[in-house]
Amino acid sequence: MRYLPKSPAERREMLAAIGAGSIERLFESIPEKFRLHDPLPLPGPLSEMEIIAYFQARAAENARGYTSFLGAGVYPHLRSVVTDALIQRGEFLTSYTPYQAEISQGTLTAIFEFQTLMCQLTGQEVANASMYDGSTALTEAVLMAERITDRHRVLIARSVHPEYRQVLATYARNLGLEIEEIGFTESGQLDRAALAPEKLATACAVVVQSPNFFGILENIPALADAVHSNGALLIASIPEPISLGIVRPPAEADIVAMEGQAFGVPPSYGGPYVGVVATREKFVRQMPGRLAGQTTDASGRRGFVLTLATREQHIRREKATSNICTNEALYALAATIHLCLLGKEGIRELAAQNLSKARFAQAELEKISGVRRVFSGPTFNEFTLEFPRSVKLINASLLREKIIGPFPLGTHYPELTKRAVVCVTETMPRAEIERLAAVVRRILETPI
Amino acid sequence: MYPQDYRYTKEHEWIKADGGIGTVGITDYAQQELGDVVFVEMPKVGAQIKAGQSFGTVESVKAVSEIFSPITGEVLETNSALVNAPEKINQDPHGSAWLVKMRIADPKELAGLMDAAAYEAYIAEKAKEHSA
Repeated sequence: MRYLPKSPAERREMLAAIGAGSIERLFESIPEKFRLHDPLPLPGPLSEMEIIAYFQARAAENARGYTSFLGAGVYPHLRSVVTDALIQRGEFLTSYTPYQAEISQGTLTAIFEFQTLMCQLTGQEVANASMYDGSTALTEAVLMAERITDRHRVLIARSVHPEYRQVLATYARNLGLEIEEIGFTESGQLDRAALAPEKLATACAVVVQSPNFFGILENIPALADAVHSNGALLIASIPEPISLGIVRPPAEADIVAMEGQAFGVPPSYGGPYVGVVATREKFVRQMPGRLAGQTTDASGRRGFVLTLATREQHIRREKATSNICTNEALYALAATIHLCLLGKEGIRELAAQNLSKARFAQAELEKISGVRRVFSGPTFNEFTLEFPRSVKLINASLLREKIIGPFPLGTHYPELTKRAVVCVTETMPRAEIERLAAVVRRILETPI
Repeated sequence: MYPQDYRYTKEHEWIKADGGIGTVGITDYAQQELGDVVFVEMPKVGAQIKAGQSFGTVESVKAVSEIFSPITGEVLETNSALVNAPEKINQDPHGSAWLVKMRIADPKELAGLMDAAAYEAYIAEKAKEHSA
């Protein structure tokens, strides 16, 4: 279905048909003081040549030629021109919500494939058509756990992405949801000793991230046992899904909230990203968001349709499971194409390369005097190092060498100053890892 | 068609009172209007419900409908057989497909509900509206 704005002639025709005469007449029922009387302060129209010149100038402001060791929720990965070429086809790029199954089989099929891939990756039974991003997926997972358990306290690991926790807190503020943060041990994993049975017995869910913000993998099966025996749910947040190529899927978790940016979407300031909520089939009616289902048409042919839509707010606003009434269809499609290009072997190999390059970088950096690994837990493509100086100062020096340094933890964890999370994906050439180590060594050898 | 010893609401629920316990379901008219029922959401056992309060939903292939409590009381039991076989509501709405059993807080509330004859007249009127 094409989604195009109305022309002035069409607007006049529509206004005439309803007898409104003008847009101003149409909006008369809105109180005077809420109406806009002056045009919005927007610049006037530009000619085609002016638009091209404008965007070329803006594009020239982009930083070029930098090497980045910054991860912390957004990851640079292999991308294929195939993905970009396919998602830019008009049938996908300009298509509207596939409410009408009879004219939307392409979009619905793509969504169904996306859901299937997300289930295979997470070890869950049902996945939705996508959410805005990993942070809102996590929040929606918590709200879902509240509905399932009828408990209104959540225990969330401090090692969950600080911005994800901020998003949760924003939602929770006016919903009567209480949030308690759980610390971490020297392994960098959630402090299981802090999960007393009486604490779990009043909690809707325990939320962990794996790999967590420090790059450490959590022990999902062990956590699930403890959490389940006290009637709470386990929510696993996965911001770096390439890890699932090599790490055991979080099948024991009750709800998985994932960020799919790593699947074919380039790192970009502010997104857009693509979130995922996957869960057990028995919880499907408490899921947020859109869901494509497989069915048969009147002639018995296989087809796809939006299903269980009564959970959604365009059907029953006050009883809806969520206020989301859209999805990241285009980036869900990008993820689907990307994963199909990779295949089962491809994602395994990609994950293995991430792991070995990150290990190499860690070993190179640990050779530098005063630089040491902070946590003992298992890692994927990020790891936390302690430096003998302020990370912000080191990063300022690195930037002069066109290197974007690791994420300084002191910003969000006052007790972790001088510590930073280094990210190394498969896109990082060995020579650049060696250059980082050489530059850091030189910076640290230079007297302040 | 509509059991004489049941009482009925305008929202198409029935209640059968037995001692202090009321068994609640939806009427044959309701199941016909809904079509094939695919899911039933029921209240939690122990929940305190007021008369007229929505305490669950019945979802069919074409609509989702709230269930309103005919009376005030505590939910004692929900029909677990409907969780895996919601289609029973289409097959036996006045019998095995009851939804909840409730402790009747105020038996006087029953008098305010329709008897079978009044309900049949009510749905006949509805049918006329539909065909009008």
